[in-house]
Amino acid sequence: MSILVDEKTKVVIQGITGNEGLFHTKQMVEYGTKVVAGVTPGKGGQKVEGIPVFNSVIEAVQNAGANTSAIFVPPPFAADAIMESADAGVSLVVCLTEGIPTLDMVMVRKYLKGKGTRLIGPNTPGIISPGKCKIGVMAGYIHKQGTVGIMSRSGTLTYEVVDQLTKKGIGQSTCVGIGGDQIIGLNYVDLLELFQNDPGTQALIMIGEIGGTAEEEAALFIERHVKKPVIAFIAGLTAPPGRRMGHAGAIISGGKGTAKEKMGALEKAGVRVVRNPAIVGEELMKVLKAVT
Amino acid sequence: MKIHEYQAKEILKGYGVPVPKGRVTETPEEARRVAEEIGVKPIVVKAQIHAGGRGKGGGIRVVKSPEEAEKAAKEILGMTLVTHQTGPSGRIVRRVLVEEGADIKEELYLGVVMDRSRECPVMMASREGGVEIEKVAAETPEKIVKEWIEPSVGLRPFQVNKIGYALGLEPAQVGKFRGVVTGLYKTFYEKDCLLAEINPLVLTGGGDFVALDAKINFDDNGLFRHKEIIALRDLNEEAPLEIEASKYNLNYIKLDGSVGCMVNGAGLAMATMDIIKVFGAEPANFLDVGGGATTEMVKNGFKILMSDPAVKVVFINIFGGILRCDTLAKGVTEAVREVKVDVPIVVRLEGTNVEEGRRILRESGLDFAIAAGMQEGAQKAVEALKTKG
Repeated sequence: MSILVDEKTKVVIQGITGNEGLFHTKQMVEYGTKVVAGVTPGKGGQKVEGIPVFNSVIEAVQNAGANTSAIFVPPPFAADAIMESADAGVSLVVCLTEGIPTLDMVMVRKYLKGKGTRLIGPNTPGIISPGKCKIGVMAGYIHKQGTVGIMSRSGTLTYEVVDQLTKKGIGQSTCVGIGGDQIIGLNYVDLLELFQNDPGTQALIMIGEIGGTAEEEAALFIERHVKKPVIAFIAGLTAPPGRRMGHAGAIISGGKGTAKEKMGALEKAGVRVVRNPAIVGEELMKVLKAVT
Repeated sequence: MKIHEYQAKEILKGYGVPVPKGRVTETPEEARRVAEEIGVKPIVVKAQIHAGGRGKGGGIRVVKSPEEAEKAAKEILGMTLVTHQTGPSGRIVRRVLVEEGADIKEELYLGVVMDRSRECPVMMASREGGVEIEKVAAETPEKIVKEWIEPSVGLRPFQVNKIGYALGLEPAQVGKFRGVVTGLYKTFYEKDCLLAEINPLVLTGGGDFVALDAKINFDDNGLFRHKEIIALRDLNEEAPLEIEASKYNLNYIKLDGSVGCMVNGAGLAMATMDIIKVFGAEPANFLDVGGGATTEMVKNGFKILMSDPAVKVVFINIFGGILRCDTLAKGVTEAVREVKVDVPIVVRLEGTNVEEGRRILRESGLDFAIAAGMQEGAQKAVEALKTKG
């Protein structure tokens, strides 16, 4: 089993005719993802790689049965693209775009309230349920179908951890990049709940980083509601305060949001916090052995 | 993006927030003329750098005449100002703001920041102004009044009233306070800020409010729609290598250690710094060449790393994933040939065609230590550093 995406997921790519959009559409199709439509306003009626292009998301939903969208449009237009998908009734939106203004995301989050649409990202590598569906820019081949759920604010660091697992023969149920921005859609807490309720997931890995309080909120939730074992790594123990470490959301401000605080909160909640990012796979193996 | 106090005050003034009469200058003579124009006493001469704590560092002077203003400006201009926010090397002062001194009856705090958990801006106010708000928040949180703002509705008049009366202001003061709060929020919203702060907001003996100091941080992601803000960037306030890196679209931050790191992706870059520390050394920098990590980016990354004399060993940690390692390896060898590299290099590459990539590195005739994983890479880098002494 898996969460959020699987064999039944039918994807529409917003921005399918752009360089990035096109390249990753091909990669997703190659992986086996059901890409049923593309959207680029003004290019409706064309076909890209045999995939029909529509002028709007609602047309893609009505004519091609899309239920999930992947967004590859530039930052100035990305917030609008998310809202368009929600308006069209798409149940999951994966926004890959990096650089969306924070205030735009405030509006997006408000707009999504009360609608049945979940958002992943923005500024995310995407989501993959290995062997079933890949929506995003991650390399499919490093993954393996299995029972470990992964959630992370980072891209390549997640690949690193996935690679460690796969090389040890441990597969993943679903890997979700929640995004590196300040204001994002699904957070650790939402995913912890989904993973806890997914019978196909046995153990969880949480990859966090400095900035904000998402890890602390996750710790509270884990303490109360998560029965499955959780392993965490928090990046940025050596990061200086007041500096934005690549991701818009990775900043220690006013002395808040340090890796140390987050590690402390998670450990208090019974999470096994790993200091060395190269041994997350090893540690997870120990945990899995204990479960099975 | 950060700006200077004088720039922040100009923006706030445009939104109707009262600021002290005055002007920024670069020479003592001009400072004297500004003081003469202001024509009242006392006069304040303030160093303009992108850091707080200027007063304690000797960068703010209160004087009684244009002559004294000139003298103070002469002493401050060109000085290296060290505060708790500048680090030990401090900042060179290139400009001073000369303005009229305020008749301070009380110092308040007023600020808007983005609240990440609640996903909207929050207006914060306190009668404990003139000190760091983080300190107030930690010690006496009950002294801070907060109002969360729904941007599509805007800051409502009732919210401003709530803040004013919660602070215990007189009804007559609340009217004037409204203008300041509204102006500050408009600045935050219309200019895509992440923080807009007036600290202290002074209540004068005459019952007026004046923004005595101001700080604004902009959302870098919003800058594309604010050409006028981009124009306010002061490169003197940024580390030269960081400016160079930003020209190449690289995320680079200078740190104090000696292991130079080049990594693709921000999270992996932080994790790489952390693992170097786990093995007993300190990272010289944070360098994210982007998830994509093109040959060009790697080459530019090398140029930056090699311009830092503190770098004694380089650790390249690239998880290409979709990227082909042979292409990456070619990029790395090309970059090393082009940029003179005279320190040990440890390379860890992962991605499609990894074997081919490692072969290219081995057969390049260049001196690379090739690592099979992140841990081995960090270990080799730290060992190389220790052997080097």
